Amino acid sequence: MLAFILRRLGQATLVIGAMIVIVFFGVNVIGDPVYMLISPEMDQNAIESTKVALGLDKPIWEQFVYFVTGAVQGDLGRSFVHGEPAIKLILSRMPATMELALVALLMAIVIGLPLGVYAGLKPESRISKAIMAISILGFSLPTFWVGLMLIMFFSVMLGWLPATGRGDVVRVLGIETSLLSWQGWTFIALPALNLALLKISLVIRLARAGTREAALMDYVKFARAKGLAQSRIVGVHIMKNIMIPIVTVLGLEFGSLVAFSVVTETIFAWPGMGKLLLEAIQRLDRPVIVAYVMVVVVLFVVINLVVDVLYSILDPRVRLTEAKA
Amino acid sequence: MTDAAINAAATTLPAIAKEETPFTRFRKAFVEDKVAVAGLVLFLIIVSLALLAPWITPQNPYDLRSVDIMDSRLPPGATMGEGFTSWLGTDGVGRDLYSGILYGLRISLMVGALSGIIAASVGMAVGLTAAYAGGRVETVLMRIVDLQLSLPAVLIALILVAALGKGVDKIIFALVVVQWAYYARTVRGTALVERRKEYVEAAQSLGLSNARVVFRHIMPNCLAPVIVIITVQTAHAIALEATLSFLGVGLPQTEPSLGVLIANGFQYMLSGKYWISVFPGLALLLTIVSINLMGDRIRDVLNPRLEK
Repeated sequence: MLAFILRRLGQATLVIGAMIVIVFFGVNVIGDPVYMLISPEMDQNAIESTKVALGLDKPIWEQFVYFVTGAVQGDLGRSFVHGEPAIKLILSRMPATMELALVALLMAIVIGLPLGVYAGLKPESRISKAIMAISILGFSLPTFWVGLMLIMFFSVMLGWLPATGRGDVVRVLGIETSLLSWQGWTFIALPALNLALLKISLVIRLARAGTREAALMDYVKFARAKGLAQSRIVGVHIMKNIMIPIVTVLGLEFGSLVAFSVVTETIFAWPGMGKLLLEAIQRLDRPVIVAYVMVVVVLFVVINLVVDVLYSILDPRVRLTEAKA
Repeated sequence: MTDAAINAAATTLPAIAKEETPFTRFRKAFVEDKVAVAGLVLFLIIVSLALLAPWITPQNPYDLRSVDIMDSRLPPGATMGEGFTSWLGTDGVGRDLYSGILYGLRISLMVGALSGIIAASVGMAVGLTAAYAGGRVETVLMRIVDLQLSLPAVLIALILVAALGKGVDKIIFALVVVQWAYYARTVRGTALVERRKEYVEAAQSLGLSNARVVFRHIMPNCLAPVIVIITVQTAHAIALEATLSFLGVGLPQTEPSLGVLIANGFQYMLSGKYWISVFPGLALLLTIVSINLMGDRIRDVLNPRLEK
């Protein structure tokens, strides 16, 4: 077990290492790093002194060591626009993005699961076919366009929900959240639904496939023979067995929710790190771009690691085949 | 199924000799599904509208002389200063939306198709090399593929265009980088199976060069899954290009794809001028859905596990 975790940790470190190399050489090869790391208002002397201060007059491998030492200590440069350390800026926007992604994940389960289970129990009914058609549409529709349509219907035409922004935040246990007031929920409803759409389609498909399979199993037949109510068979016996793959997939998809929030946050002016990234790209605020990439890569690696380790605890076959390979 | 639909589907395919070629079998299986044929017909209509744009639109949106700022933000059905009717309304600078959408379709389709073809070629070359060379080459190539597929496409594309800047060539490059890994992984899987078959051994024992064995003997047998991925990925690429352009980091204003048109209309949406964003969005939607409908059927037909 320990050997398995250690090997996975080693692989995770390798991936992060590879990303540091790619990001570093990406920044240095594409364009002049001096103009990426200083502000445009500086004069020649200031540029020279910055060069020396940043170590850009040194050979490239020494610069690489410098960059890596900084990155390991959590220093990824200062933002030109905000003048603050880039990493601090990203982390200060992180709670908003996490809040959005978590609510989207919740919506995917709350909306997707009942629809998927229904479609799995009655695969031939018209409603089921409509549900599956909607899920195909959910896969094909570009996220940003659905976002526009949501704003058009719910904000412009009906006037039910605010189109942009985030509700008032309250600090609870050191974490800022807007979910404690009704007003906060009205603000998050549309962006979270927009972000959740792809995942709702995914959950519908997984739940439908799982339910169809589970409904044929002996334990379901036995439960029915015992005379249990349909609601109990579905709610307890089937649900228990289809939740494992759904939770696993959603855990892995959490990272992609964070990445996709770039689009959603921009449309709904949600003050998270995705919106920060897009502003950074438009203003060529390179340290913030680099910091964002590093934070997201670390997030991805950590999620994959946790899922892998949890899986090996739940299912011994995983670590046994790994040991053989 | 209507006769017109069948005819439309049939005329697009070249005449084939009587005997059952794999292509004839594929065509017969494909037209069995009404929804897929509808998708094909819709897709062909969209492509011909895009190709014929200069001859069937009242206005060339690139030609600034024909654009009048007085015509800006007219609702659908209004009469323009030049005398023709603008059935879908006009955008923020007075361009006719119907003309703009057809010209935008040209760019969106071209970017999607080109990036798909280049990514398929690169991915196939990498996948075949990995499967045929084996050993360390394979390990390194497949590690790169794994690393890339573990990160979401939209993020990689965003970072690339951030580093490269705007432009058609740059966005195609970014889309190729995002897509090639899917082809590489699939082609390697198929090629690994094909490599162990007897015809490869026969070709090798005839003394044929490695390149000839790979490209003339193994590659044609790996094409079926590639065709499936091309349809799915082209739809993805078109959506991704529109997303990037909408975010303002994709194509520049001088090359208005559908994404750029939608982005231009977004600012007017809150004041109720819905048409500037909605109609280009519908065009994008129909394009993607028509490709996905065809792709679904192609996948079913080419899937060996479902063969009767």
